[in-house]
Order: sequence, then C-alpha cells, then structure tokens
Amino acid sequence: MSLFRTELRRLTKRRFTRYMTLLGLLVLAAVVVGVFFTNQKIDAGQLAQAERQADQQYQEQVRWSEQERVNCEQAKAAGTANDGRFPDDCSVISPPPREEIQAEWFLPSTFNFRETFDETLIPFAAILALVGFVVGASFVGAEWSTGGMMNLLLWRPKRLTVLLTKLAALLTGILAVTLPAAVLWFAGFWAVATFRGSTEKVTSGVWQSFMLTGVRGVVLVLVLTTIGFALASLGRHTAMALGGVVAVMVVGQFGLGILLEMANVRWAEAWLLPTYVLAWMTKTVTLQDWNSCNATYYGSCEPATMDITWQQSSVLLSVGVVVILGAALWAMRRRDIS
Amino acid sequence: MPAVLEIEGLRKTYKSRRRGTRNALDGFDMRVDAGQVHGFLGPNGSGKTTTLRTLLGLIRPDGGRMVLLGHEVPAALPTVAGQVGAIVESPQFFPHFSARDTLSLLAGAGEVPATRVDEVLELVGLRDRAGERVKTYSLGMKQRLAVASALLKKPKLLILDEPANGLDPGGIREMRTLMRNLAESGMTVVLSSHILGEIQLICDSVTIISLGRRVAFGPVDEVLAQHSSGAVRIRLEAVSDLPAATETLTRAGIRVTGHPDHLMLAGVDKPASVTRLLAEQNLYVSELAPIAVDLESVFLELTATAPVPGQHRQVDESMKVGGTGQPGPAGGGWGA
Repeated sequence: MSLFRTELRRLTKRRFTRYMTLLGLLVLAAVVVGVFFTNQKIDAGQLAQAERQADQQYQEQVRWSEQERVNCEQAKAAGTANDGRFPDDCSVISPPPREEIQAEWFLPSTFNFRETFDETLIPFAAILALVGFVVGASFVGAEWSTGGMMNLLLWRPKRLTVLLTKLAALLTGILAVTLPAAVLWFAGFWAVATFRGSTEKVTSGVWQSFMLTGVRGVVLVLVLTTIGFALASLGRHTAMALGGVVAVMVVGQFGLGILLEMANVRWAEAWLLPTYVLAWMTKTVTLQDWNSCNATYYGSCEPATMDITWQQSSVLLSVGVVVILGAALWAMRRRDIS
Repeated sequence: MPAVLEIEGLRKTYKSRRRGTRNALDGFDMRVDAGQVHGFLGPNGSGKTTTLRTLLGLIRPDGGRMVLLGHEVPAALPTVAGQVGAIVESPQFFPHFSARDTLSLLAGAGEVPATRVDEVLELVGLRDRAGERVKTYSLGMKQRLAVASALLKKPKLLILDEPANGLDPGGIREMRTLMRNLAESGMTVVLSSHILGEIQLICDSVTIISLGRRVAFGPVDEVLAQHSSGAVRIRLEAVSDLPAATETLTRAGIRVTGHPDHLMLAGVDKPASVTRLLAEQNLYVSELAPIAVDLESVFLELTATAPVPGQHRQVDESMKVGGTGQPGPAGGGWGA
C-alpha cells in the first residue's frame, strides 16, 4: 500500500501530469463554453418566423420550377438542341413537396439535450483518452529513461508488483480526474440545454442510455491510458508509445485506408481502428457498400450494410490491452535492466 | 567474520548476432566479510557493474551462486533489499524533482520514516540545496544525492559504484571519512572505484576483476605483498664502486640493473643479505630502500592495462587468469 500511495504521489507531483490534465480539462471546458455561446433557446416568435421563411422558400421553389417547366416546353417547341439542361419530359419538373423544406433550417442552433448530448460524450472520451495515453506513457517512460525505475527496483525488487502498482496508481489518478470531469460534463451540458436549448423528453431510459455511454467513455479512457503506459514500458521510453501511435495512425490507418481503397476492398472501414472506437461509443457503426444493390419495393437500389457493434469493439479493445500489457509485463519480468 | 556477500562462479553471457558471444562474467567469485570496506576494482568493461547489477537483481545471471546477508539471491532479494543500499554506475534521478522529493518518494516506497530524509541530506551535505531540482545539480551533487539514497534505509551492506565520481577534492575526502565512519558503525561497504589511491587508503580488502574473472583478492596488504617484486634500490658511498658491487651481486644470483648513481636489485628476499655481501667486499651501502608497490601498479600488472607508448589499448584488452605466463589470483579458492 505504501508503494501505491508513493506512486500516486509521484504521479501528481509530475509537472507533465498536471499540465496535460489541466490542458485536457481546459479543452473540455472550451467545448462546453463554445456550445453554450453557439446555441440559443427557441421561442414561439422564432418558430413562427422560421415557418414563414420555410413557406417563403417553398413559394420561390414553386415559382422557379414553374418557370423552368415553361422554358423547357418552349425549348422543346422551338426544337432547340437539348444540351442536357432540360429533361425529355418537361412535366417531371415540379417543385419539392412542402414538407421537405423544414422550418428548423431557418432556426438558430439550439441544444436539445435528449438528441445531442450522446454525441458530446465522444469528444469527452477522446480528449481524456488522449490525456491518459500521454500521461500514462510519460509516467513510466520517464521513469525508465531517467533511471528512476532502476532506483525503485533497488528498493522494491519485485518487478511485476512495481509495474502493476504504478499502473494501478496511474489508473486511479486518471479515474479521479475522469469521473468528476464526467459529472461536470453532464452538468455543464444540462445547463447549456437549460439556458440555450431544451431539456424536454429526457426520460429515465434516456438517462440510462447516457450513463451507459458515459461508462463506455470512461472505460475507453482507462484502456488507452493502459495501452500508453504499456507501450512506453515495453520500449522503456515515452517516445516508444508516442512514436507507436504516430506509426499506427500514419501507416496503420491512413496508409492502410488508402491501400484498401485502391484495392477496392469491401468494408474497408472495418479494418480501421477508429471505426471500432466509434462503434464502442455509439454502440453501432453501420458500414455501407455502394458497389452493391439491394433492390427495394420501389425499384431503387440500397447499398449493402454491415454493422460494427460495441461488443465487437470490446473484444478488440480487450485483446489489445491483454496483448500489449502482457508483452510489457513479460518484458519487465524477463529483460535485464541496464 | 561472517560473509555479508558471497559470489561463486557467476556467469553472464551476452549473445548478439552481429558481435557474437561475449562473456561479461566468466565464473566470477567474490567474498566480502562483515564490517569491512571492500574495494572492487577492474578496468572498464571488466564486469564490475554487471556484477553489481546481477547481485541486485537488475540482470539475470546465466549461472553461479550469489548470497547476500546469508540469503540466496535473486530469490531472496525482496527479503534482503531493505538491508542493502546501493548506487549502480552514474547517479540517475528524475531531473524535475527536488532532492528532498526524490528521497521522500524512495522513503515512501521503502516504508522508511520521513525523518530519515533530512538525516541523510545532512549527512551528505545537501541540506541547504535539498529543495532545488536535481537537474540544476552538478555531477558531484548528484553523486551525493545518490549516496544519500543508498543510506536512506540504514543498510547493513552499502554498495557504491564510483561514489567519488565528480566530487571535488574536499568531497572525496568527506566521502572517504564517511565510508570509514560507516564501517566503524558496523556497516559493510563495497566500493567500486578507479581512484586506486583512495581504495588503498580506505579499504580493508579488495577484489580485482578482469574480463569477467577474479584475478586477485584479499586484504589490501596481502595483495600488495603477494605482488611485490622484491625490488631494492641501493646507493654506495662511492659511485665508482657501483661496477664492483654489480659484479658481486650478480655472482650471488641477484638481478641488477645499473643506473648512474644507484643500482636497482630484483629478487631480493632479505635486504640484509645485500649489505652483508657488499660489506664482505669492502663496499659500503649508504642507502638501501625496498621499493614498495602500490595498488595502482598491482592493478595495472594484474589486468595488463598499463599504457604502452605508441599503442592504444582497446576496452576488453586486459588480463584473463589461467593463460600461459599470466599471473594467477593472489589468494586461494572460494572463501579464502
């Protein structure tokens, strides 16, 4: 327990930890403040005004399509060469249905808690996961590269205990930041919705869904923190983790993405990690294959789809953590320290 | 005296596809008795640091047996680690923490009372600079901090690798006094250093390692005596008598090297026999001085690392015991 407390103290004493955490929290605060100032509460007057603007645009569309139809028929009667401007059958030129032009297009942005809050949990988790990753990598990487780990092992020669205690302290520290931040995130956006939008129809089921998404976000933060820690420990340097991520993102994602695109691979996104991270947060990501046709009753084609679910993502994340952390533990146990 | 540290047949081999196999430790033996200040000497790359790292569980040995404070290590390291203070090679600390923070965190990890931090800071002379970040420290101050970290847990065995590295002359003297005081208080100190004059001054016994094997060990006096050449320098009342003296001594089987104003004799068991031989020929000695060897010359001889004019010795070019014409260990076998 003394080692755990000491490592927790070491973590909080590090300036990098403090600055990165502060930076992450400032970015999160900036998002909340930004959303607050870019949204408005909608009143009845604004709604009526929007309806009027929608009507106005519909009337313009009717006038325009009528004019175009007349032009089309005149061109047809004059035998002017059809340069592709008009269809063969001028009667198909018709205005869009009235309901297609929605009044909300003419409304200022408003924050609907029920419809929008779910999406905000993705940047919340992403920003804190990034903070966790670099703090985790630096926490153990700097210990290796400055000789601190060797000093510690002269005091506590149980290598696995030392590494796992460091990880436990790190995850505790990250959790101690993430949980209050999550509470503030919920509260912040509730306030945004209250003053700059709507909190209507937020039922207990909606809350439950948000809470589950929040929990998945926290798990994502812990997973990426662990991976950053394990990669840096494996390479015995912070740069190993950061370099690894750059390599994975540049080669593994952009490079692979381009390669899969060129090879015309079906479901190319299924090979890319961000798809799974997104699926973890949104529960499902539906991929579409536009080179296929599923005929509908109305004679049109719909692309084939494939769902990536959060359960599949959980398997991938679990395997990733087990493999990378397992390798770090194995290396800690087996490799000489010099 | 009971042994505090015993190493028997320690082996460590590094294998590399490019550089092949290198035996960093090749059946190395060592013994340190309780309460001693023990010097651990060897040229660069001879295996000193590898030995210490292996002993402290940082490197996995390929063979051999190690015992620390009566416990076989590395298996019992968790048991004995609290009684062994060590610094290995150059001092390394997180540069952005102060000395006090550094020691405080180590004390926390090792369950040492926080009050001990100020005691060791005082002991190594860092009390007034303890709040400054380590990255602002000179090498000598970092060295003091390293010694402080090793002393933090009041160890029974203190292992210091090059503790005087970077210290100013006053610091070296303080370190010497500290080592002696610690030994007098009952602590056993193992000291690895290249400052052989210091080792000779403060150590009770030494082990010399070369190419991963022990080439000499024992009390400092014994090691020096065993490698004394029996050389004697004599001067006569009259310089003109030197040729006659040379002839007389050579006839008696003594190897003589002439110099303009004196003679150097080798292989002299009893200096008194020289005076008697010369007096019998009416040649009178005005000075007879046995040439004492020092640890440095013994070290250079045993490890074959003495500089040769016009040659550039490479690391690893040193003496290995057991070869033809090479000196054997100064003492007997394991535990002698």
